[in-house]
Amino acid sequence: MTILEFTGVVAIVAFVAGLLGSLTGLGGGVVLVPLLTIFFHVDIRYAIGASLVSVIATSSGAAAAYVKEGFSNIRIGMFLEIATTIGALLGAFLATRIPTSALAVIFGAMLLYSAFLSRKPRTEAQRNLPPDPLATRLRLNGSFPDLGGPRSYNVQHVPTGFGLMFGAGALSGLLGIGSGAVKVLAMDQAMRIPFKVSTTTSNFMIGVTAAASAGVYLSRGYVDPGLAMPVMLGVLGGSLLGSRILVKAETKSLRLVFSVVILVLGLQMLYNGFWGKI
Amino acid sequence: MPAAQAPARQSHPFKPQPWRDRRIEIILGNLLRTGVLISAAVVLSGACVYLSRHAHEPADYRVFRGEPSEYRTIRGVIQIVMNGRGRGLIQLGLLLLIATPIARVAFSVAGFAIERDRLYVAFTLIVLTILLYSLLGSGIGL
Repeated sequence: MTILEFTGVVAIVAFVAGLLGSLTGLGGGVVLVPLLTIFFHVDIRYAIGASLVSVIATSSGAAAAYVKEGFSNIRIGMFLEIATTIGALLGAFLATRIPTSALAVIFGAMLLYSAFLSRKPRTEAQRNLPPDPLATRLRLNGSFPDLGGPRSYNVQHVPTGFGLMFGAGALSGLLGIGSGAVKVLAMDQAMRIPFKVSTTTSNFMIGVTAAASAGVYLSRGYVDPGLAMPVMLGVLGGSLLGSRILVKAETKSLRLVFSVVILVLGLQMLYNGFWGKI
Repeated sequence: MPAAQAPARQSHPFKPQPWRDRRIEIILGNLLRTGVLISAAVVLSGACVYLSRHAHEPADYRVFRGEPSEYRTIRGVIQIVMNGRGRGLIQLGLLLLIATPIARVAFSVAGFAIERDRLYVAFTLIVLTILLYSLLGSGIGL
């Protein structure tokens, strides 16, 4: 393939990944690394470098829209970013030291988990929980616009959430993904933050988390401009389009299709990792 | 402004976030979007130069060689941009992209300082220190 053909095809694939990732809320970065390594035979280290850069673009590009709606909580975000950035540094440090086949296996496991999580029914429980003293001291409790005016919420289990966020940061630094799935798990499930606040605050944090490991990747020569260019521009374009049509689209069947794609890619990554093809 | 109506709910036992948070959030959101658009424009212009010169050469990323050393530092990237290389311009756009969330954190420090929120000034400074340590400690600032 010539550089022109390669750039064009990768840009189209990245655009579709960004669009589907944004429409389904599963994130586009998670499918990019397996697509690049399995179908384009890109070395996983170049793929991770390009994906990490695109993650910063989508997170920052979408943040402005989410922030205006008033769902994201910047205090929760800033506090938990302490955990994700330290985790991301550790992840990037590990990524330069462990074999690429191990990276592929961890990536495969992460994809299977994301596919599982996306099929789990989401129950928005009535959450009139009493305030947690630590969360109150840290001023994490907040409110968001709801159908009957602003609704307040009390954040729970701060240490558990902080620990999970460290893990999310480490995975992000290790695999070059946003690891939004783990961030939402920490905020929605552990800290009992309403789902919409969790997803938008997670998106807000992803860019800072990725920036913490991007320096390490760049200085190690993992970020190739020829590859990162179509990936970043494609994903950014797709996700911006996706966030515009998000309200009207019927995403249920789309989510099913996308989670099957994630499942298949996860199995393929595990196979390639175990049989030493990556 | 919905956040301003929250104190009316007496059942709510603690102070909601002050309304200024919303203003800071919106400025932060716009800062992020501007940073992304500028870096995307720089990457795109670099792509035009790069593709116009190398379109018909073979693309091969199968073997990891690592980027040449001038693509790994800020000073090196500025040097190759001066030499008029498209790949250098793309890399400059990517550096601007990485700088965007860092600028967001730096701005948050100022925002919380204006609110006289010492706890969150401290938290934000910790995050900023980690980010700068990552950038400078990894050697790309040299």
